Amino acid sequence: MQSLRADRRDRSERPGPRDPAPSRLAYRAERLWLTPGFRRMVRLGLPSFLILAATVGYLGDSGRRDALQAKLVDLRLSVENRPEFMIELMAVDGASEPVARAVRSMLPVTLPASSFRIDLPAMRAAIEQIDAVASAELFVRKGGILQVTITERVPAILWRNGAALEMLDATGNRVATLLDRSARPDLPVIAGEGADEHVPEALTLIRTARPILGRLRGLVWMGERRWDLVLDRDQRIMLPEIDPVPALQRVIALDQAEDLLGRDLVAVDMRNEARPTLRLKPAGDGQDEIQAKVDGQ
Amino acid sequence: MTDFYQSQRAMRNMRQAALQRGVIAVLDVGTSKIACLVLRFDSPDDPREDGLGSLAGQSRFRVIGAATTRSRGVKFGEIHSMGETERAIRTAVQAAQKMAQTRVDHVIACFAGAQPRSYGLAGLVDLADGQVSESDVARALAACDIPDFGAGREVLHAHPVNFAIDHRSGFGDPRGHVGNQLSVDMHLLTIDTPAVQNLLYCIRRCDLEIAGIASSSYLAGLASLVEDEQELGAACIDMGGGATGLSIFIKKHMIFAESVRLGGDHVTSDISKGLQVPMATAERIKTIHGGVHATGMDDREMIEVGGDSGDWDKDRRRISRTELIGIMRPRVEEILEEVRAILDAAGFDQLRSQQIVLTGGASQIPGLDMMAARILGQNVRLGRPLRVQGLPQAATGAAFSAAVGLCLFAAHPQDECWDFAIPAERYPARSLRRAVKWFKDNW
Repeated sequence: MQSLRADRRDRSERPGPRDPAPSRLAYRAERLWLTPGFRRMVRLGLPSFLILAATVGYLGDSGRRDALQAKLVDLRLSVENRPEFMIELMAVDGASEPVARAVRSMLPVTLPASSFRIDLPAMRAAIEQIDAVASAELFVRKGGILQVTITERVPAILWRNGAALEMLDATGNRVATLLDRSARPDLPVIAGEGADEHVPEALTLIRTARPILGRLRGLVWMGERRWDLVLDRDQRIMLPEIDPVPALQRVIALDQAEDLLGRDLVAVDMRNEARPTLRLKPAGDGQDEIQAKVDGQ
Repeated sequence: MTDFYQSQRAMRNMRQAALQRGVIAVLDVGTSKIACLVLRFDSPDDPREDGLGSLAGQSRFRVIGAATTRSRGVKFGEIHSMGETERAIRTAVQAAQKMAQTRVDHVIACFAGAQPRSYGLAGLVDLADGQVSESDVARALAACDIPDFGAGREVLHAHPVNFAIDHRSGFGDPRGHVGNQLSVDMHLLTIDTPAVQNLLYCIRRCDLEIAGIASSSYLAGLASLVEDEQELGAACIDMGGGATGLSIFIKKHMIFAESVRLGGDHVTSDISKGLQVPMATAERIKTIHGGVHATGMDDREMIEVGGDSGDWDKDRRRISRTELIGIMRPRVEEILEEVRAILDAAGFDQLRSQQIVLTGGASQIPGLDMMAARILGQNVRLGRPLRVQGLPQAATGAAFSAAVGLCLFAAHPQDECWDFAIPAERYPARSLRRAVKWFKDNW
């Protein structure tokens, strides 16, 4: 049996035929919404403006800004100080004791410290600033060890620079300052201003002068352009600027053939290749004569 | 003649602006339905030498939105109730906008009613320098003696149909020809001013700008006559809901247009009265079972008429299809007889080709073409509108002839007389006098 009230309820839900026409307001709103500029403004402009306004409003207060910053710093520290990132100790390989001590003192933080605190490239550059260090490799090994592998410079020559005596390596880089010549009697000595920039040439000359090595006292860089070989008994071999090695070989050949350097010479002047000159000791110096007699000449 | 120059020119400028923007709506305000199509023009500025593009300029636009709504408040193709019509226009425009996903600001409208009346005019000018220039064409158009069509009427279309130079006739474009005299035949279509004003008011109330206005009988011919029919001569009969439009084309120009204030809605109302059913039911019975030729089988085909009265006998009425045809046929015959009378009055029988094309929603009654052939002449066919790009399948039927014609009109309008410059001597004398006065005052 049908309810008597069903029909009435039905009618209240559908009061007459629906008008499909939009109201004037709805029509205008839809047209406004279909306007491209307005649409873009609502979809992009409005949200970005709201986000911007909210951000500015929140950060406008300095207390909130500081709290936010403190929170960020805390977060960063908590990540940095995790045990995975901590460096417990430092291992220095390939360095002599004083260099290793210097390297250890260059570490900017006290261990244990977070590896985020150590700028490895900067530290490597700093270590390579040490004169005795040719190159350095830094890396953080497993287990929190900062591994520093150092290649030291090998001293090849001594350079007397005024009062100081510097050790130089084969390329002319300074290794260390020596207080006493007798500390390294095995190294040859060079002297003269700017001599350190011509160390390879000096080493070649020294290698060439091997037959007279016992008499060689050192090399002098003259006038910042050429070498003099200084022998004992105040003898000098003055070499030309260009091609000093053949000139030296000539002198050594002469010495081996004629015992040139054993004679009473002050200098062998090879500066002019076409006109080698020997400078004898001035005569009349009685002391020398006696000495010559003593020497049996 | 200068006053409507201004408003029509303003509409033409608005149309140019809309084409620049690329989106324009066309609105067919009919008695039974209001159709709105949104067109998108792709490249508004690449005119070819002859002013046409490919596909006669129709490839330039695409229909991106289409909507129809049942028309309310329109009778005989004229607005009867402003508020209802405005709401119906709003519904259609909003739905079309929604489909197109774009906002439309410019609209070209057409309507069937407002009692169009045709005038054939002739103008004759002497050519001063032998060769026809654009200003000569304008002078010839201005030389046409405008008939006294009375107050409260306005010119809707003014097409220069034919130009003749001396004794040579049939020029489409006389510019550059040499001769002594230029004469022009112009077709003028006038309509009732109040009807147009009402329509414009309704459209303005919907926040839309009017970019043009046209007669739907002209547009139906434009859309449903094929090119050779337009060239050789044909009449297009646009059978709408409340009015039947009639336009005659020759040499691709409309030379005559009229409308009969009868249409498919009158058939529906006859059925409604004859069968004692509401209009909606009558419309349904007409579209499903209607026809104009009864056969023996129709006596046996029974139609449930129905009714919502609660009375068993009334709700279970059944009629045969023959009875329905008996109701419809006299009214359809009456419409066609009226059309015939107008065609006779217009001298349609003088044309070489007497093709008749039936289109519009009411032309879909089965058997109408046979009946029309008996009443109007042998060369009758049913016409459907041209295919345009992007038109939904539902809007390709005969009922959309005027809407499709409006698309073609928007894309490629024919020259109207206000597209030519007003010759200097036709400017209102008042402004000249004012200029002279200004000189006198100041020098």
